[in-house]
Amino acid sequence: MSETSAAPLVSIEGLKMYFPIHAGLFRRHVGDIKAVDDISLEIFEGETLGLVGESGCGKSTVGRATLRLYDITAGSITIDGTNTSKINQADLRRFRPRMQMIFQDPQGSLNPRMNVADIVGEPLDEHMSLSRDERLARIHELLDAVGLNRSFANRYPHEFSGGQRQRIGIARALALNPKFIVCDEPISALDVSIQAQVVNLLEDLQKKFGLTYLFISHDLSMVHHIADRVAVMYLGKIVELAPRDQLFNSPLHPYTQALLSAVPEPNPARQNTRVHIVLKGDVPSPSDPPAGCNFCTRCPKAIDICHHLEPQTIEIEPGRFAACHLLESATKVA
Amino acid sequence: MFNYTIRRLLLAVPTLLLISFLIFLLLDLAPSDPTANLPLTIPPEVREKIRISLGLGEAFHIRFLLWCKQFFYNETLNILEQWWGWDFGGDRLRVLSWQTRSPVVDTIVQRIPQTLWVVGMSYVVGILIAVPIGIVSAYKQYSWFDQVGTFVSMVGYSVPTFFTGVLVIVIFSVWLGWFPSIYDTTLVVNDWSSFVQQVKQMIMPVSVLALYNAAQISRFMRASMLDNLNQDYVRTARAKGIRERSVILVHVLRNSLIPVVTVIALGVPQVFGGAIITEQVFKVNGLGQLLIIAIQAGDVPTVQTLTFIFAFLIVFFNLIADVLYGILDPRIRYD
Repeated sequence: MSETSAAPLVSIEGLKMYFPIHAGLFRRHVGDIKAVDDISLEIFEGETLGLVGESGCGKSTVGRATLRLYDITAGSITIDGTNTSKINQADLRRFRPRMQMIFQDPQGSLNPRMNVADIVGEPLDEHMSLSRDERLARIHELLDAVGLNRSFANRYPHEFSGGQRQRIGIARALALNPKFIVCDEPISALDVSIQAQVVNLLEDLQKKFGLTYLFISHDLSMVHHIADRVAVMYLGKIVELAPRDQLFNSPLHPYTQALLSAVPEPNPARQNTRVHIVLKGDVPSPSDPPAGCNFCTRCPKAIDICHHLEPQTIEIEPGRFAACHLLESATKVA
Repeated sequence: MFNYTIRRLLLAVPTLLLISFLIFLLLDLAPSDPTANLPLTIPPEVREKIRISLGLGEAFHIRFLLWCKQFFYNETLNILEQWWGWDFGGDRLRVLSWQTRSPVVDTIVQRIPQTLWVVGMSYVVGILIAVPIGIVSAYKQYSWFDQVGTFVSMVGYSVPTFFTGVLVIVIFSVWLGWFPSIYDTTLVVNDWSSFVQQVKQMIMPVSVLALYNAAQISRFMRASMLDNLNQDYVRTARAKGIRERSVILVHVLRNSLIPVVTVIALGVPQVFGGAIITEQVFKVNGLGQLLIIAIQAGDVPTVQTLTFIFAFLIVFFNLIADVLYGILDPRIRYD
């Protein structure tokens, strides 16, 4: 596993992304939606970090904020030795080739009026100076890499199936030889039969080009398949971060336990004997998170302290992080 | 696309025939009398003879078919003769105006340049103003520029041209005396001073109509830009590291123009139709003014012919708008 390799390629510290709420007659600033609230993580070169969580927990916002598609509220982001958190959007363009994104909706994320060659070739025009032939050769090379027919170059996005469109999106992301790619739920809009193809393609490309992924998904079995380490998010915070096998075999945080108990088990004998942890109630609003631990309103194991003190993220074992008062006391006792 | 266009053109033939019939029916049912404007001293039996001499004694269907023959057949042959100098021979009766006794088509041909200059120019100016305003308003939504633009277009759209027209005449002709209040059609532009004169007399009607047109189009442009600015592909373009200018002008604008271009195409027939009220206010003797005078005089052949030409233009530009849609948007295929 690759987390033994040296310095992290991406390190995020104290990332906050708040979206202001304006209300009333004069559109005054009355509060913030705390989509991402103080997150720190590191992604090592060549690894895949899975980021899981339920809808609306801020997974996608983390991905977009990491690539500075938003102007972040606070925190620092270092990608490949460059601190990108304070650079303005115009100057950031120079760094875009290193970091790319594969988007969730393969239909909406492709300009309907551009053909495949233009979609894939536009970053080349913007960041490199290639001759016409070189440009076309590069486009064909990219189409080959993602398993699309070269003759598709002159077609428009609407002429493709969902899986093919996602391959176009991947080819586009690869165009500038990025080191780091944020995969924002790249498979959730696809048919199940196509999902495996696209995930395998992503794995092959990672081996071939030495890519580093931040793989955002709500599909735990897919994350189990592709990720080296997994971070679990709940309401704008990371509650647990651990190497894949440890997280899936022995989850520490009550939320991770609940999440994993919801994954269907292919073996019916085990499926029948498994204990399901069913969470009650709704996720609180990110504009008004509860005092103390964000998860205390739904946690089956919540104790008194959870309702007024926010738990700190602690390293339970080497490489395993979690934020829960129950674990704090456990480590203290030990 | 080609087959589609041909099919639509063929379909337009029965549509237009039906339209011409409906117009004729409406004009016949309307209680207007071509002799009503004549002096009251003319005795009733003479008036009746005048009506019969105008052909009103015939049955409805005879009159309609006669107009059809005169307009679709005789006038077409006439135009061919004039353009290519052919001679089909024979004595053909043309569509004659009841007011002037001159061929309606000739009058229309005389009037078209004035209308195209004034109304057409105002349409072009309106588009040139509206598109940039719409782009900036959408890009800087809720900024002061957007607020002012929204207010101005609301005013431009809701205040009728007969008010703004008279207002600018009072201000710029009466008080300031900068521009003439009456459009002089007989002016021949052959040197610098007459050119200046022409520009001066065009400024007021053009700007009054341009304000009205720009108000409409800038609203469409803004709405369409806003629609596209939030699309995922715009985020993709930014993630590619494209310049913000290119993101807006290449990605967003090109997609936003699709509905706007069709709206603009659909508005062109109104240009030919002339701005009836504005032409009247500034005394531009264009097609709009011709129509309104013909209506007042109960001049059925003129009204019928003009209205039919407008109907033809509307049908034709609808087709153009649809074809443009197919050209601009690769997702739309007609075949």
